[in-house]
Amino acid sequence: MNQVHARFQVDYPDFSLSVDLHLPGRGVTALFGPSGSGKTTCLRALAGLESTRDTAVSVNGVVWQDDARGLSLPTHQRPVGYVFQDGGLFEHMSVQRNLEYGMRRVPAPERRVSLGQVVDLLGIAPLLGRKPGTLSGGERQRVSIARALAVSPAILLMDEPLAGLDAKRKNEILPYLERLHDDLEIPVIYVSHALDEVARLADHLVLLEEGRVVASGNALDLLTRLDLPLSHGDFAGALVLATVSGHDAEYHLTRVDFSGEGLWLACHPVATGQQLRIRIQARDVSITLEKQTGTSILNILPATVAALSEDGPGQVMVVLQVGDTRLLARLTQKSVTALNLTVGTPVYAQIKGVAVLR
Amino acid sequence: MIASDERSAILLTLQLSAVTTVILLVIGTIIAWWLARTRSRWKGPVGAVVALPLVLPPTVLGFYLLITLGPNGPVGQFTQAIGLGLLPFTFAGLVVGSVIYSLPFVVQPLQNAFEAIGERPLEAAATLRSSPLDRFFTVVLPMAKSGYLSAAVLGFAHTMGEFGVVLMLGGNIPGKTRVISVQIYNHVEALEYAQAHRLAGGMLLFSFLVLLAMYTLNPTGRRS
Repeated sequence: MNQVHARFQVDYPDFSLSVDLHLPGRGVTALFGPSGSGKTTCLRALAGLESTRDTAVSVNGVVWQDDARGLSLPTHQRPVGYVFQDGGLFEHMSVQRNLEYGMRRVPAPERRVSLGQVVDLLGIAPLLGRKPGTLSGGERQRVSIARALAVSPAILLMDEPLAGLDAKRKNEILPYLERLHDDLEIPVIYVSHALDEVARLADHLVLLEEGRVVASGNALDLLTRLDLPLSHGDFAGALVLATVSGHDAEYHLTRVDFSGEGLWLACHPVATGQQLRIRIQARDVSITLEKQTGTSILNILPATVAALSEDGPGQVMVVLQVGDTRLLARLTQKSVTALNLTVGTPVYAQIKGVAVLR
Repeated sequence: MIASDERSAILLTLQLSAVTTVILLVIGTIIAWWLARTRSRWKGPVGAVVALPLVLPPTVLGFYLLITLGPNGPVGQFTQAIGLGLLPFTFAGLVVGSVIYSLPFVVQPLQNAFEAIGERPLEAAATLRSSPLDRFFTVVLPMAKSGYLSAAVLGFAHTMGEFGVVLMLGGNIPGKTRVISVQIYNHVEALEYAQAHRLAGGMLLFSFLVLLAMYTLNPTGRRS
């Protein structure tokens, strides 16, 4: 019962969409795909904003729509929080009144959050008296997210909340989104076409292409599946959940463990035992057959080649198994041949760069 | 100072314009909303019918209204059957004529205002638990405020300036259907230029002040 189910079909003259999604009832699910793949349509259908057929939508056991039984709640009766790509703020109301608009329409016994809580969570207290027209893009989106949360939704739907913002503004909002991820008990569906956002936020990942679901599963697994486009190209990389096991004050380093192996990171000020989400890009991983000594590379892990796949002319993407974790390494075809790499070859992965996502 | 038949013409005109404007704001909202939102193939034909009074000579409009509302017309037979009697040459008949005559002046600013709002604020309101009627009053009305102001001003002022339709449909009955524009015509016919000047000048001044107020207070109204 503890899941989100969405099945529907949309037929437009130039576009058709057919999906049957079973998503986790907690955590962040990213709907990922190129523009025109139907991500936003999925979100709108969940909210009842799109006319669809053969529809069945239920959220954590509550049925919102079932065409077979002629049942469909109109949008205003669905407990959704919806963050539009452009914010969708009411320009004729102050920020405060925007926030109160939805909240006042939720019966008091159903309210689980106070205005003060959402204002604090998104850090928008200084903006309350202002009109949306005077806000920056990043501020607008934070208000929009707060307004959506203020209705105590059963699910939070976010349509590319960071699209159209520059890198600086994105980085201003991402920490808030990460807080949502940690604090919210409700499922979040996050539409995006930016891999970096997905890598930072998503637990579950749905890949859409031309109105079809290409893959749906754990984000960590999908990022290293060679049959999917995510594991190819310059930005491919693996996600690793690692636990902080100690700090080296003298060298300003932090030690993290995963799959029985350890990694050194540039000092990251979190307590021992905390979990970090780190990203290891395929182009930052090289391979040796014997363990190198006399090298400047700190992180060298024993691994086994699990899969290989061509990745552009002269390039090969290699999946490395380290315990129960999978890493990606992007090598030249020449190196693969020289090292005679095949599935099962024991190797050492030399990791030149590690990014801590959160 | 003002003669009694002048005063009754002025009062009648204001009354007619006020009643017409109120009715038009209600009917106009419905038609403009439908025109702004629909994807029906009837959008074009309905829009054209609404705009007809813009281009038709008022006498043509008045002529057909006279026939339709008259004793042998379909509407006339209906109003007789339900005991309302005949509408031509009554104040009620003038209201019906004015509503049709001024319809485009109310529908078009409203339609523009509704179209300018777009879908997004309404969708956002729906996801914030707002029912359709609630959305209309809390989102559409405040956002279309300037459109409503333009519509009311144009509807009122245009009805005040009506002549052809009134003459065809209402005749020239003092205190009942004789509005300012008809009274001016009477004065000119009788070569009473001084009286005609007073009324005509008053109309000119009034119209100018109303439009001036609208364009100064409500710069966005210019678009409609």
